[in-house]
Amino acid sequence: MGYRTPLYDYHLSLGAKIVDFGGWDMPLHYGSQIDEHHRVRQHAGVFDVSHMGIVDVSGAGARAFLRHLLANDVDRLKEPGKALYSALLNPQGGVIDDLIVYLLEDGSYRLVVNAGNREKDLAWMAARAEDFATTNLEVTIALRADLGILAVQGPEAIALCRQVVPEAAVAIEGLKPFSGTAVGERFIARTGYTGEDGLELMVPNDQLPALWDALLAAGVSPIGLGARDTLRLEAGMNLYGNDMDENTSPLEANLGWTIAWEPVERDFIGRQALEQQRAEGVPTKLVGLVMTERGVLRSHQMVTSDGAANSGEITSGTFSPTLGHAIALARVPVAFGATAQVEIRGKTVPVKLVKPSFVRRGQAVVQPLD
Amino acid sequence: MSELPQELRYLDTHEWVRNEGDGIATIGITDHAQDSLGDVVYVELPEVGRVLSVGEESAVVESVKAASDIYAPVSGEVIAVNEALEDEPETVNNSPYGDGWFYKVRMSDPSELDELLDADGYREVAEES
Repeated sequence: MGYRTPLYDYHLSLGAKIVDFGGWDMPLHYGSQIDEHHRVRQHAGVFDVSHMGIVDVSGAGARAFLRHLLANDVDRLKEPGKALYSALLNPQGGVIDDLIVYLLEDGSYRLVVNAGNREKDLAWMAARAEDFATTNLEVTIALRADLGILAVQGPEAIALCRQVVPEAAVAIEGLKPFSGTAVGERFIARTGYTGEDGLELMVPNDQLPALWDALLAAGVSPIGLGARDTLRLEAGMNLYGNDMDENTSPLEANLGWTIAWEPVERDFIGRQALEQQRAEGVPTKLVGLVMTERGVLRSHQMVTSDGAANSGEITSGTFSPTLGHAIALARVPVAFGATAQVEIRGKTVPVKLVKPSFVRRGQAVVQPLD
Repeated sequence: MSELPQELRYLDTHEWVRNEGDGIATIGITDHAQDSLGDVVYVELPEVGRVLSVGEESAVVESVKAASDIYAPVSGEVIAVNEALEDEPETVNNSPYGDGWFYKVRMSDPSELDELLDADGYREVAEES
């Protein structure tokens, strides 16, 4: 038996198919993954993502510590509530995890990390905080196991949340994309992992069941983590463990935009390795693939290109319910051009290389590579 | 586990066969199989006229989760395939024993049916998987 969120029995009673996600017993779907996918693209759905780790970093040294710890720069968070996406790197520039960090009202920070990396991240952060202790600035790192997260996503998500949580309606109305605000014991952020507008609601565990029931009663559909994966892949968002890991540089994971190179004097973990890679050039790139033939692209399928000595590999692949054909993220040699071939069950099938973003706000956004 | 049609015969790899009489058999996948696979998005069927040997890979079903080989439960020539699955592969999920059938063969050795699992035998296999 794995870890369970406070909503485990609620998922069971809705007929969820339960599978292991990073040590957690979580709902894969409640009947049809594809129907759930469409519900989020067209209406609104709620995901129980309470398995994700919420880590609060506070103390006089929090800001300086995070500026050292993260590849993105928390000084870009100019006002409370603002969110920043960042990689957590090892000294070799490999991705330990990807996370969102929020600046809270009191000047402390809240990190939301991947469920499967929670213990690893905490150990890494604790060890780095110890190195950092020489600065005599206090840093406190606290796992907030008392909080759970519901992600409410889709074109109708925000309107329905305002209706379900009337006491937060005004705060929600004022939320800009990629920012959050505290409402009593809750923290509400306009973030997500689907390519749709929506919110992530961090609430005390004992409030989760009532909130879940109220959202469902308002017409928000329960969505399993299967659809969460197809939604994030259509949106071109990386999945840790598939599209990147500790041996992958953010420069090879389409995450160059998350590295804050300026100011040059900021000495973050992995900086030296990344600067060397940037100067020398990296051998591979993460691209999108589109296959309009029948069939499904899957992770680990080989990608080849005529005249190229090296091959690439699909890191995440699926059938795109919105587009009606297969899409994938693939790591390929930088020299690859606009087309390639994928080996599917012994057959060679042509694919197009595209920018790694397929669907946003319900619309196809597939574009050729520059 | 849901009701298993008693008149069918089964493979432990989750295919079913219906003896239609006159040496004709229809092949599909079980309710348990479609449930494990999740939403079916693509079915690759054999060509009409292909001669299949028992145990041979005869079709492929791709779901949101994985691609799975479908094995021939009996030998024979393919005489029809369910072309409706091309546009509506979800029929496999919605009606695994009915409209979601895969293909029909003219059996070369109907006694092969006797080697297959009956509903109770398959139930044991499915409950363990």
